[in-house]
Amino acid sequence: MNSSHTIQGFSTQVYMLLWKEIKIEFRNRNTLNSILLYVFSTVFICYQSFSVIPEVTVWNALLWIIILFSSVNAVSKSFQSEPPARHYYYYQLVDPTALVISKILYNAILLLLLSALSFGIYSIVLGSHIPISQLAAFMLVLSIGSIGISSLLTMVSAIASRTGNAIGMISVLGFPIMIPLLITIIKASKLIADGISWNQYAKYVYAIGGIDMMIIALSVILFPYLWRE
Amino acid sequence: MKKNWWKIIPIIAMAYAIPFAFIGEISVQTILHETIRNLYFHVTMWFCMMILFIVSLVNSIRYLGSNKLLHDYLASMYAKTALLFGFIGIFTGMVWANNTWGAPWVNDPQLNGAAITILSYLAYFVLRNSIKEEQKKARLAAVYNIFAFVLMFVLLGILPRINDSLHPGKGGNPGFGKYDLAPAMRSVFYLSILSWTLIGVWIAQIQIRIRQIQSKTQ
Repeated sequence: MNSSHTIQGFSTQVYMLLWKEIKIEFRNRNTLNSILLYVFSTVFICYQSFSVIPEVTVWNALLWIIILFSSVNAVSKSFQSEPPARHYYYYQLVDPTALVISKILYNAILLLLLSALSFGIYSIVLGSHIPISQLAAFMLVLSIGSIGISSLLTMVSAIASRTGNAIGMISVLGFPIMIPLLITIIKASKLIADGISWNQYAKYVYAIGGIDMMIIALSVILFPYLWRE
Repeated sequence: MKKNWWKIIPIIAMAYAIPFAFIGEISVQTILHETIRNLYFHVTMWFCMMILFIVSLVNSIRYLGSNKLLHDYLASMYAKTALLFGFIGIFTGMVWANNTWGAPWVNDPQLNGAAITILSYLAYFVLRNSIKEEQKKARLAAVYNIFAFVLMFVLLGILPRINDSLHPGKGGNPGFGKYDLAPAMRSVFYLSILSWTLIGVWIAQIQIRIRQIQSKTQ
C-alpha cells in the first residue's frame, strides 16, 4: 500500500502494535477482568446445574461452548475499543498487514491464556475427564483450537466493527463459519478424552492446523481491503 | 436481445431430461431402487449451487480489484440464486434420505455441511442488509463472501472425508460415478447439470436487470 510509513520495518510495526495492545490491557485490565469473571460465573452456573458430569460428550461440549462464548466476548473488544478516528491515524503510520497480524497475535495470546484458565477452573470445579497421559495432546488441541478461534473472530470483528450493530453482528457472521473449526476441535478433544492413541485422532489435529493456517492467510490477504475507507 | 440464444438450450434440454428422469431407463441398485431417479434433481441442484457460488466468489474478487458496483450486484444475485438451489437441494435430499436412510434428516457431516453453508450465506445477506452505504456494503460483503466460501469449501470438501458419512462420495463411500450407471443416465445427468445451471444464470440475470431498473428509477 502506501510506502511512506512513519514507522520503518514490518516486524518493528508488528512488535510496537502488539506491545501497545498489551500495555493498554495491563493499564486498565478491563477485558481480562471481565472475561475472567465471565468464565468463572459460567462455570459456577454449570456447577450449580450439573454438580457432576459423568458423560464425556457433555463435559467436552460444555467446555468448548464456554470457551467459544468467552472468546467472542474477549475478541469483540479488539476493534471497537478504539475510536474510528484512530484507524485513520494507524492508516498513515503502519502497514495494514502489520496491524492485522498484531491483532491476531494479541487475540491468540489472550485466548490461549483464557482457554487454559477456563480448562483449569472447569476441571477443578466440575472434574476432568482427560487422562493424565493425554494431557499434553489435549493442551495441543486447546492451543491450536484457540489460535484458530481467535484469528477467525479477529477477522469477523474487523468486518462487524464497520457495521452499525457490531456486537450482534459478530455472532451472526462468526458462528456459521466457525462451525467447521469447532466440530473438528470438539471431535478431536472427545477422542483424546476417550484415551485412544495418537494415530486415531492425528487427522483431526492436522485438519485444525490446516484450517488455522487458511484463516490466517485469508485474514492477511483480505484485511487491507477492509481497511481502506 | 442478440445474446439470448442460449436460453433455448435449457428449455429443450429440460423438455427431454425431466420426462426421461421419470420414465427413462435406470440401472437398479440395492437400497436405492427407483429412488435413483432423484439423481437428476438432487445431485444436479448441488452441482448447480456450487457453480453459482463460484461465480459469486469470482465476482466478489473482481469487485475488490475494480471497485465497480456492478460486480457487487452480480456477486449478491448469484449468491441469492445459489441459495435458492441450495434450499431445493436440501428438500430433494430430504425426500431421498427419507426413502433410503429412513429419516429425512440424519446427523451426518454432509448434511450438517449443507445446513451450515445455507446459514453462512444467510449471514452474508444479513450483513448486506445491515449497511446503508453502497461501497462500504459491497466491500464488506465481498470480504465476507471470500472468507465464507473458503471455509465452506473446507466444510463440504474435507470434513466429510475424514469423518464417517452415509452420503455417497464421502467417508470412503463411492460416488455415483463409480457405480455402473446406464450410459443414458450419465449423459442425461450431465445435460441436467448444464441446463439447471443455465436456468440459474437466467434467474440471476433477471434479478440483476430488476436491480438496475430500480436504481435508475429511484
